[in-house]
Amino acid sequence: MTALLQTRTLTRRYAGLLAVDSVDMAVQAGRVHALIGPNGAGKTTLFNLISGLEPPSEGAVLLRGRDITPLRADRRTALGLARTFQNIRIFGAMTVLENVLTGLQPRRTVGLIQTILRTPAFRREERALVARAREALEMVGLSARAEAQAATLPYGEQRLLEIARAMAPEPALLLLDEPAAGMNPAETAALAGLVRRIRDLGTTVLLVEHDMGFVMDIADDVTVLNFGRLIFQGPPAAARQAPEVMTAYLGQKMAARLAARARKVVP
Amino acid sequence: MPVWLDNFLWTYQNLVHALGINGLLALSMYVVLAVGQLSLGQAAFMGLGAYSSALLTLKLDLPFALVLPVSCVAPVLFALAIGTPTLRLSGVYLAIATIGLGEVLRAVYLNVDWLGGALGLSGIPLRAEFWMIYGLLGAAILVLWLVGRSGIGRAMEAVREDATAAQVMGINLARTRLGALLASAVLAGLAGALGAHSSSFIGPNEYGFEPAVTILSFALLGGIATPLAPVLGAFILTLLPELLRGFSDLRLVFNGVIIVLAVLFLPEGLFPLRMRRRAA
Repeated sequence: MTALLQTRTLTRRYAGLLAVDSVDMAVQAGRVHALIGPNGAGKTTLFNLISGLEPPSEGAVLLRGRDITPLRADRRTALGLARTFQNIRIFGAMTVLENVLTGLQPRRTVGLIQTILRTPAFRREERALVARAREALEMVGLSARAEAQAATLPYGEQRLLEIARAMAPEPALLLLDEPAAGMNPAETAALAGLVRRIRDLGTTVLLVEHDMGFVMDIADDVTVLNFGRLIFQGPPAAARQAPEVMTAYLGQKMAARLAARARKVVP
Repeated sequence: MPVWLDNFLWTYQNLVHALGINGLLALSMYVVLAVGQLSLGQAAFMGLGAYSSALLTLKLDLPFALVLPVSCVAPVLFALAIGTPTLRLSGVYLAIATIGLGEVLRAVYLNVDWLGGALGLSGIPLRAEFWMIYGLLGAAILVLWLVGRSGIGRAMEAVREDATAAQVMGINLARTRLGALLASAVLAGLAGALGAHSSSFIGPNEYGFEPAVTILSFALLGGIATPLAPVLGAFILTLLPELLRGFSDLRLVFNGVIIVLAVLFLPEGLFPLRMRRRAA
């Protein structure tokens, strides 16, 4: 089975620094896949390479087996990729509903002339898009805020709005960059439920997250990066035990000490 | 037409025409600012429209109904040539390139004999009518309003607010920006042709850097919340020098002070009311 998303020796070099170092990663369809690693491991850079905001120095990105490396970000979106940002990037002056409608841009088919003439086709499409946008808001629980100005929403709701906007076109793959950052435990728990629902609706989720409890709770697969290199790929339970992952997070000495203690306790 | 209106138009014809034409120029600035770009080439596009329309009338004596649309061709071609490479980049590349365009064209008008050289082109018949100018202005406001309230307007606002996020939404940045620049070239070209045919004379210095800044100030004063806002800004900045005629040389100072105050205290312009874009 080909993976939904694959990277092949994907590399991004900044003046002497290897931010992403020949990463071969596979994300299987229908899963929640977590991308973890210490600060500066290259997670966000990898996201930018996948979504097309930065060009790779080497390597390729494949979506459903198709090489999308030469495509611009907006073309990748049209092919079923969607993402959110670590530092929320909603359109603050627009209403909540308008933000989600912007996410439906790839679905627009009527042209300039029909738009100016307000033809029946234009009206029909606009109605359909608004209906779809309201569904997306419903999914994240923001229906009541549809007409509010986006910038006035509290932080947690802005994160949800960004997810609704990304989910509006029903993407095949959703990239979430630290969705739980800045959320309280109750909000994080609700977010975990939302991510599962997104997966069950048929959208594969690839997420970067530092909250390990959250990751262990919802991830079906885990990829661990350290200094730009892929050091582990597999189920979350195994990631916790893997010595190379411990070393990455805790340093050599600490990891060795913990491993020694584990051997003593569990003979 | 009632007699009083006829008399009024006759007495203030120049001013009435200038108001409408500056309104069109303000709209041409608005379209570019609406996608978050800065152009200082609106005067240059206007000049291309003015020169090409004047030549078509003077040399070929074509009917004005034909001259008017054809005068948009040259501005659009130059906008394509300048916009295609610069609008792929983010930043002020368009502004820099368009300043260059204005200066290069000025040098060309000055030095090419059949463009009139320093003397410019004179004897252009006065064929721009009140109803043409205001008809086009009204149509332009209407079209920009309809586009602004649609998904295309949403895409333009997204590109202006956060280009990266807009691109991730699936919006083609280069196409959106180039489309706006071409529309602005059309509007400026029309304004140029109408201006040339309501003043009988055009010269190389009318389309340089200074008028470009004046056009920008229309949109700065009015704001870009709706298409009407920059037009009102243009009206104010066109009427003001007339009202301040008594102050003679101090008029420009007043103008300048108003622009500075607008930028400092009214960053969204005098008319910041947003368009309602809630569909269905």
